[in-house]
Amino acid sequence: MTVIPERPTGADTRPHRRTRQRGDAFAVSGAAVASLSATALLFTYLTPFTGTVGFIVVAYLLFLACYTLLTWLDEPGPAVRDRLAGVAVHSLGFLVLAALIVVVGYTFAQGAKALPHANFFTADMSVTGPLDPLTMGGILHAAIGTLEQMAISLAITVPLGITCAVYLSEVRGPGTRFVRTVVEAMTALPSIVAGLFVFAAIVLVLGFGKSGFAASLAISVMMLPIIIRAADVVLRLVPRTLREASLTLGASQWRTVWHVVLPTARSGLTTSVILGAARGIGETSPVLLTAGFTKTLNADPFSGPQISLPLATYEFTRSPEPSMVARGFGTAAALMALVLVLFVIARLIGGRGAGHLSARQARARTRSSARDARRFTRDGDTLVQPTVAAPPPTTTPPPPGASP
Amino acid sequence: MTATLTPTKPPARAVPRRLTQRAGPADRVFRGVARSAGMTVLLMMLLVGGFLLIRGREALDVAGWSFFTTEEWAPEGGRFGIAAVLTGTLLIAAVAIAIAVPLSVGTALYISEYAPARLKRFLVNLVDLMAAVPSVVYGLWGAFLMEGSVLGVARWIATWIGYGPFAVDGVDPADPLASETVYTRSTLLAGLVVAMMVTPIASSVMREVFSQAPAGEREGAYALGATRWGMIRAVVLPYGKGGMIGGTMLGLGRALGETIGVVMTISLVYQIQPHILRAGASSISALIANRYGDASPFAVSALMAAGLTLFLLTLVVNFAASSIIARSRSGAEGDA
Repeated sequence: MTVIPERPTGADTRPHRRTRQRGDAFAVSGAAVASLSATALLFTYLTPFTGTVGFIVVAYLLFLACYTLLTWLDEPGPAVRDRLAGVAVHSLGFLVLAALIVVVGYTFAQGAKALPHANFFTADMSVTGPLDPLTMGGILHAAIGTLEQMAISLAITVPLGITCAVYLSEVRGPGTRFVRTVVEAMTALPSIVAGLFVFAAIVLVLGFGKSGFAASLAISVMMLPIIIRAADVVLRLVPRTLREASLTLGASQWRTVWHVVLPTARSGLTTSVILGAARGIGETSPVLLTAGFTKTLNADPFSGPQISLPLATYEFTRSPEPSMVARGFGTAAALMALVLVLFVIARLIGGRGAGHLSARQARARTRSSARDARRFTRDGDTLVQPTVAAPPPTTTPPPPGASP
Repeated sequence: MTATLTPTKPPARAVPRRLTQRAGPADRVFRGVARSAGMTVLLMMLLVGGFLLIRGREALDVAGWSFFTTEEWAPEGGRFGIAAVLTGTLLIAAVAIAIAVPLSVGTALYISEYAPARLKRFLVNLVDLMAAVPSVVYGLWGAFLMEGSVLGVARWIATWIGYGPFAVDGVDPADPLASETVYTRSTLLAGLVVAMMVTPIASSVMREVFSQAPAGEREGAYALGATRWGMIRAVVLPYGKGGMIGGTMLGLGRALGETIGVVMTISLVYQIQPHILRAGASSISALIANRYGDASPFAVSALMAAGLTLFLLTLVVNFAASSIIARSRSGAEGDA
């Protein structure tokens, strides 16, 4: 007869394995309180010290000293060093985080003066001077410029970049190594040098003039290596077995790439394109050299100067007038919001390895394969009979992205 | 099946059967398109490099070796060189790296070793977002918000250290009425802004390498009684050394080429300025951004030469970085 042993009730019999004791939290908070009050005393009564930065630095050093003393009272040497290192690593991590929050938050807070006015998004600067209030003028011309320049750059870089990545990872050939090395070298190209190239080659030599199109070319030269490298990495993550399964079923290489490799890597490819676009949208220096400067709306990217959001930010904030600086911060906030949206979309789509589906995608796959099964049985049971020879693959290719 | 019947003559030695692959017309078109895309990209990239080289040569031929020893920039007068701007570029990058390395090592260690597991993905995303923030936004932060704080810090350093690169000539730190403008728009401020752009790049490489440190060795260290910091010092840091060096160099490549954040935070001077706290700094990228308007073809050629130097510099740094990172990663695969 089997008897289920009774669990001992009451005291937990497991050995004590926690590495962080409760006393540690008391030590941290105690040291924090002690250091803050001591620094406040120093800064207000005892010494002539002033300044926020000084206060933070002194308080932090005092905190480290107090904390070391407190842990040293009841821990051996290695544990004291461990606690100190832990505090240092935590504070460095939080410092970077705080810096990011300050950078983004400061931009939005300063831009808040300009953003509430509707004309900021619907007007250009053609009739607005530096001394005019924020109720006049806006950044419509820069927003249109950014959208058009990005559209042109994406139209160039996405087909070219992804086809080149397919060449590097799928087609291969004698030149692949060389192309990959050159692309890698080009990721080192400083953006200002890309701008200088387009300025000298397109604007000066070919006499194209400063225009939105020239700016798009400069952005493309800069974005292309980024997209190719990211897409190449993503495509190489597609499992070999999927490719081989498709080829074994008799699919041609072209159909394998189109129906198996690219759909499997779709989320990763989208992410690499969006992140490349987020980099390109915020680039100022190549645009500075190639787009020219204008205060009026120019919807034609092929003639005449056309400004974009980062360039407008740069130009606005060079002015000493407070209203122009506020416009600059408003433009930066709009740009930052655009980058944030792109980034969040990229993370929602991507972040998953090749072939890993979200719950929604998995349900869609199940539905489509059920549909296929119904279609096959309705069409006369030919495919499920193993004795009948399979029809040539060109007439019924494997369903797109058939799950592994 | 016919092979099982008696062959007329057995082959002298086993030769692997040659597999021939006959591509259909669709495949041939597909390969042609892919190959031509690759060649187009190659052509574009070689065009950029070649154009820089050819146009830059004109100016280099005129200037000769004095291009690397002349401080001023007057291409029309024939006296131009990158001694000042190259020094400035290296100084700004050095300041940026000095600030960014502790920050990125700390962030990488925090994310890979200390952060609670459910926060990790969020933190990784935040660091990636930091890399996606446009440099003009960092420039605004540096030029408008940090300038005041950096001024105080710079005055403090000048007062209490005050020699070597920290010296500030032309002002007496003890004089409370001395003008403070000598401390603004300095190499230090530009380096701080560039450090913010470098930190996420370096940190993400380091975090990746740290998190690959073999679990067996970590557990071995713990089993021998190491504290968490003892384990990190004995296992994670030695293992991640390649990643730390590689990530730092990758950041250095970015720091050398950064433009708009530097242009917004320095006042450009055309002389070697070794004092990092003093107002006035220089960098190749800022030189190009400020002087591209000199429309004479020769001036543009001179700028091309400067740009080419910058590109070669970042190229060497980036290739060194990627080879170091690749070596540290291949080691990771070998151990696993």
